Amino acid sequence: MTKQQSNTRAFPLLVLAGALALGACTKNRDVLPPEAWQPAPAQPPAEQPIDQPGTIPPAEPVGNTALAGSQAALIQAAGSDTILFALDSYGLEEGARQTLGAQAEWLARNPGVRVSIEGHADERGTREYNLALGERRANAAKNFLAAQGVSADRMSTISYGKERPAVDGSNEEAWAQNRRAVTVVVGGR
Amino acid sequence: MTRLTFALLGLVPLMALSAPAAAQLRIDITSGTEQPMPIAVPAFPTAAVVATPAGTTADLGRQVADVISANLSGTGLFKPINRDAFPAPSVADVPSPQFGGFRTAAAQALATGTVTANPDGTLTIGCYLYDVFSEEQLLRQGFTVTPAGWRRAAHKCSDLVYSRLTGESGYFDSRIVYVAESGPKTKRVKRLAVMDQDGANHRFLTSGQSLVLMPRFSPASETLSYMSFSGDQPRVWIYSLGTGRQEAVGAFDSMSFAGRFSPDGRTLVFSVTRSGNSDIYAYDIASKTTRRLTSGNSIDTSPSFSPDGRRIVFESDRGGAQQLYVMNADGSNAQRISFGDGRAGSPVWSPRGDLIAFTRMQGSKFRIAVIKPDGSGERLLTDSWQDESPSWSPNGRVILFGRTERNGRSSLRSIDLTGRNDRRIPTPLEASDPSWGPLLK
Repeated sequence: MTKQQSNTRAFPLLVLAGALALGACTKNRDVLPPEAWQPAPAQPPAEQPIDQPGTIPPAEPVGNTALAGSQAALIQAAGSDTILFALDSYGLEEGARQTLGAQAEWLARNPGVRVSIEGHADERGTREYNLALGERRANAAKNFLAAQGVSADRMSTISYGKERPAVDGSNEEAWAQNRRAVTVVVGGR
Repeated sequence: MTRLTFALLGLVPLMALSAPAAAQLRIDITSGTEQPMPIAVPAFPTAAVVATPAGTTADLGRQVADVISANLSGTGLFKPINRDAFPAPSVADVPSPQFGGFRTAAAQALATGTVTANPDGTLTIGCYLYDVFSEEQLLRQGFTVTPAGWRRAAHKCSDLVYSRLTGESGYFDSRIVYVAESGPKTKRVKRLAVMDQDGANHRFLTSGQSLVLMPRFSPASETLSYMSFSGDQPRVWIYSLGTGRQEAVGAFDSMSFAGRFSPDGRTLVFSVTRSGNSDIYAYDIASKTTRRLTSGNSIDTSPSFSPDGRRIVFESDRGGAQQLYVMNADGSNAQRISFGDGRAGSPVWSPRGDLIAFTRMQGSKFRIAVIKPDGSGERLLTDSWQDESPSWSPNGRVILFGRTERNGRSSLRSIDLTGRNDRRIPTPLEASDPSWGPLLK
């Protein structure tokens, strides 16, 4: 830091080198050329920067609002858009029924909304079997919502089997999160 | 008895594969005991070095020999000898070799040939095989190819050598279709890709915009079936490799998946879901008519025809857990064939008819196994984290499959029916769901 303060001409280069090194340590590892790992040469920059440090204002803040009839509103009202299942099962447990009941109430209050129910499985099944199991799970959720009064023509199902895990991992915690059915708002008015 | 015939006797378990059931029992015990046969595969000489669009005839002579060596070595049954160990034959030597140098190098067989540029721009590649000790010529066959097609001549020569020395038909002049994978598991990008059996001539068939799964070659033609989530309508498609033409199979308002062709390529069997329930259907490709083969409340999926087209093996949880069943091709008389520890899925009938390969699941672990169609003789072939989606080589001797390791990496592997020679098939990206196509025409 003392070097930066004493030599303003070297500052942009050092900042650049620092940024490259930081990036290399984190997510940009695969796009940076190997040269980025070498120390910056002690030379003055070819050109003076136009902006002095501190003259670029920070980005304005943006927050999220759960608009009526949106996925965020469904999650807010029902507590979750996702229900979980036991291993190799499509039976609805008590917690799942409560979540689906709250989803049904929200759907009743938002009669224009259509949903797709996505069924998923953990990795502990063959690809074909898990597609069939995901369909069973999606259908179990759909049947429950229908029994709560949600019209069947507002709902569709799709199974992703084990192709779209919520969590990457080969352990009990990851598997538990991945055995799921997700109610996804796909349209509305 | 020459040393070559002695070595051939060492391959008896291989030949016994085509023998009746009693002889098959011996296959099981051969693991790790067989010595690969030392074979010399010198660079194929050329009478005149001519430039072609694929390189000079001299370069091609080396490359043809390299492809043959790699094919034979990959079987685990042959050990190609380093080319420095024997003198390089001339064009005149190929039809009548000087065997002394090959004997000194301890070669038991000599696979050689010639590369000749023809006036019309094609190449003639000669393929010869000799017993080094009896000095007998075992094989003499020429192939004419375009320069770009030189690898096919090398594969055809490999098939002849393999076939002559093992008594089995070959499998090198064939292709593999599979799913190329990239990106994080939670947002995996999957693309159809096709390549030669040895990984050469790799091509992507789809862009990765839609999730694609389970490509399967027709055993009868250059056609595949696969499943695509295109338009959020997951269903089975037929893809003609020659024309690039694609056709959605049937008119279902729900998911169809796990398609597989009949041996004559005229029928496709697959599963369709209705109200959460999966049943097996047969689709006649010419008339576009569909017939339902299974019913009931269970998951019925992964159908695969026997090579005579009369029966279908599939998986079902009708007995409580996922197990294998065999039924007649019209859906009648389903009988459970898998028992024992754990679940069983993704069965596929061998092109020889004598065995069914499948995925044996015990806990979180999946292993490739084989079982006879009557349910006897189950054998586990692999032992890793998750091995699944078996597919047979055209000669029913090697099983290709997808392996996911505990760290999540997925790749294609192949293993010999004996359980030996578990090897990686090179792919540019991670890979799954392989399907081995028929021998090319």
